[in-house]
Amino acid sequence: MAVTTMIGAKIHRREDPRLVSGEGRYVDDFTRPGTVFLSVVRSPFAHALVKSIDITQATKAPGVVAVYTYKDFAKVLSGTMPVTPSFVAEKKQIPPRFPIAEKEVVYQGEPVAVVLAETKYQASDASNLIDVEYEQLPAVMDLDKALEAKSPKVHSDGPDNLGWDLTYIPDDPAVMKEAEVVIKARILQQRLAPTSMETRGVLAEYSKPDGTMTVWMSSQSPHFVRLFLGGAMGIPENRLRVISPDVGGGFGAKISPYSEDWLVPAAAKLSGRPVKWIESRTESLLTTTHGRGQVFEVEAGAKKDGTLVFIKATQYLDIGAYMGTFAAFQACACLLAGGAYNWKHVAARTVGVLTNKVPTDPYRGAGRPEATHLCERAIDLLAGELKMDPAELRRKNFITTFPHTNHFGLVFDSGAYEKAMDMAMGIAGYEKLRKEQEEGRKKGKYLGIGMSSWIEICGFGPSAATAPATGGIALVESAQVRVFPTGSVAVYVGTHSHGQGHDTTFPQIVADTLGVPYDSIELRHGDTAEGPAFGYGTYGSRSLAVGGMAVHKASKKVVDKARKIAAHLFEAAEEDVAFDQGHFYVKGSPDKRKAFGEVAFASYGAGLPEGMEQGLEAVAYYDPSNFVWPFGTHIAVVEVDTQTGHVDLKRYIAVDDCGNIINPMIVDGQIHGGVAQGISQALYEEIIYDDESGQMRTGTFTDYLVPSANEFPVFELGRTITPSPTNELGVKGIGEAGTIASSIAIINAVCDALSPFGIKHVDMPASPDRIWKLIHDAQAGSNHGKEARK
Amino acid sequence: MKHKVSTTVNGTRREHEVESRLLLVHYLRDVVGLTGTHIGCDTSQCGACTILVDGKAVKSCTMFAVQAEGKNLTTIEGMAKDGELHPLQQAFWDEHGLQCGYCTPGFIMAAAYLLEQNPNPTEDEIRRGLEGNLCRCTGYVNIVKSVQAAAKTMGGARAKPTGHQAVTAGGE
Repeated sequence: MAVTTMIGAKIHRREDPRLVSGEGRYVDDFTRPGTVFLSVVRSPFAHALVKSIDITQATKAPGVVAVYTYKDFAKVLSGTMPVTPSFVAEKKQIPPRFPIAEKEVVYQGEPVAVVLAETKYQASDASNLIDVEYEQLPAVMDLDKALEAKSPKVHSDGPDNLGWDLTYIPDDPAVMKEAEVVIKARILQQRLAPTSMETRGVLAEYSKPDGTMTVWMSSQSPHFVRLFLGGAMGIPENRLRVISPDVGGGFGAKISPYSEDWLVPAAAKLSGRPVKWIESRTESLLTTTHGRGQVFEVEAGAKKDGTLVFIKATQYLDIGAYMGTFAAFQACACLLAGGAYNWKHVAARTVGVLTNKVPTDPYRGAGRPEATHLCERAIDLLAGELKMDPAELRRKNFITTFPHTNHFGLVFDSGAYEKAMDMAMGIAGYEKLRKEQEEGRKKGKYLGIGMSSWIEICGFGPSAATAPATGGIALVESAQVRVFPTGSVAVYVGTHSHGQGHDTTFPQIVADTLGVPYDSIELRHGDTAEGPAFGYGTYGSRSLAVGGMAVHKASKKVVDKARKIAAHLFEAAEEDVAFDQGHFYVKGSPDKRKAFGEVAFASYGAGLPEGMEQGLEAVAYYDPSNFVWPFGTHIAVVEVDTQTGHVDLKRYIAVDDCGNIINPMIVDGQIHGGVAQGISQALYEEIIYDDESGQMRTGTFTDYLVPSANEFPVFELGRTITPSPTNELGVKGIGEAGTIASSIAIINAVCDALSPFGIKHVDMPASPDRIWKLIHDAQAGSNHGKEARK
Repeated sequence: MKHKVSTTVNGTRREHEVESRLLLVHYLRDVVGLTGTHIGCDTSQCGACTILVDGKAVKSCTMFAVQAEGKNLTTIEGMAKDGELHPLQQAFWDEHGLQCGYCTPGFIMAAAYLLEQNPNPTEDEIRRGLEGNLCRCTGYVNIVKSVQAAAKTMGGARAKPTGHQAVTAGGE
């Protein structure tokens, strides 16, 4: 057994020297000779009929190469954009979506025409000369109204606005009656823009003579895009190459294929020129899939002694005008509604509702932040009714034995929830904080302490569980490990890094498995022309627990072959050959040994064992036996200024457990970023549409508030390590943890701060105007307020 | 109509004929071919395109190329000297001050000007000084650490204390 040297080490990232030097290569940094620039003409309306499109002036404009509309694209693209079953196998309807509108536009920003010109300025100029005649139709913007029988329809030829309605587990009235204390809440998960700093972009080049297409794009999942794009264009996968170079952030919004991912390659084929399109920020806010966009009705009950009895959640999910490829993924919020606790009964139903807005799709956490939010809010509300400390209510009801099968049949592989909570409380100085809070209130200082004990399902996923959700393809991951004759190693994977540091961490795994120097290993990813035939990409905190395991498995296959060769060289039986820290030797004679590199060289030579082929490389596909289940507890400390409604985030403590760790520096970085995004949802960000017109009111960074360094404190991190029994590396995922935990830690803290006013609920974002109004109304309307003001 | 523009970019004299409306950031990326300066928004909020114009941090999407006539421009590609990373570049690497790396050139340029103005900033001064730049990956924790580490390495060598100053206000 090799002694672990690289796994767990704080190795500085090898991708950084190029990125800090301006030598990173993002999609807009690529160009091809003769490239033309594409500008998309988009619907200014949320819902309208397209009566006519006049392109005459645009085609005459300087530099214009071509103008294409639906009828042009229909010649080179077929079928509709993909929708996977995800967590709702049977939909009521899936509105067919072609990448460009023909007769009806159903959200603001939907493509109507494209212009190709010699420069990006010329393309932009000419796109303003296209005259589209619209007939406006009523826009369906509100979830409740959309479900009313008399509501206008999102698609004028649709049956109604219901996308799906699935009850996973119904109520159990008998159990509900056992509860002595019951709470109810309506929780809004506002629409968010994922907002990677690099927007989307596509560059495509078509070679007519050999029928090959090369597409450069900013994507989390190039293989997945190739699968569907090939189908739409009638190009087999072996002639279609998708390259995702350096990617400037994804956060879930660069998984699914988009209209432009079809339109740009199609325009390249139609025009015979390489075509480039780079999304503007306004286009991004308007047309890149949004996250969240849900309303939850929650009811929960407990016994007077604090024993939890039931929780019931109904999710209303704002699908948007079309179903995103993974629209129903967020329904996993229902399956985790019970969180980290033992309940006698958990009931859940999801309802998907169509609206005239851009589709929602996974955004960092995707369903799991929503589950944590509703469950952890219910726990705090119950604690309030029971007059128990929220930490004690958690402690009393935590799941403590593993594996644990929840009400929906999901098996939690491991956990130590109380340990993580105790550590978080220790770092926070919980008892002292409660005393400070009590003292403060006497002086009109409103401190709030909010807790979030989160769990996560990740590492998507075991084929038995995921194949039905993906429409048949097993969500496994692939890796190829190739050892060259002089001992250097190339590793090809189907996952793709967009900030997670795979260039560094995956070679750390290989270095330990092969026992070769870290610097001799190179990771290659993001190019479908390299490595195994298929990989699913990076999302759902799966790259390490699934992709990393594929790398580990392929490395072990390489060692297995190398061991056979070594045994042959030693003239010994294979089972008598030991492998330790990069050296083979016959057991009992460790001084006579052969380095891995020597065996690698021999593998390309003559005199191999009978029947063995030359070379030293292996491909592995890893199909996990279960999901993996990280967890932890976060604590937020806020102070609310009751005069202005401003929430001052004073401290943020995060204790997370993601099993064994490959690189602690990268794990901490993932937590920092995730926590910041959840805080951003709790306090700052919100996509707002006008309810009547359907116009987006947050179409630039002037209105969509992405926080700066000034809005955050330093996060205080702690860590417990509970290795996952699901995989040999004992690893889980950490990419989404911070976001899953943090929105509700903040909201619980804000509600805690405002509890003297009798305020039990705060919608996100908890902006100063919203808080001020809550306090103002509470003071005006109740004696509570008068007391609090004293 | 095209105009002649002459600048010095990272120490090299550059002369081109450009449209009057060409943004400086597009000039640098598409005409000069230096793609390390990035574009992250349309409204001068994100700071990904920050460069130094005559030593002062400027969002290069807020200037036309022709306004750079006669100016001395420094982009991220001009920060390393003789194969050695600038202390800020080294510090971002050492402190894991970047993840996807897209905002990083802008942060490094803004931080360079911040440290020029205030060689020993407090944490609060760093946070306020970099508020014109947005990062979506790091929660800013390690960006702040990186700037603190670089300030230490640079040892206040360029001490020219003028107190705190917002550093990322756009072109003038």
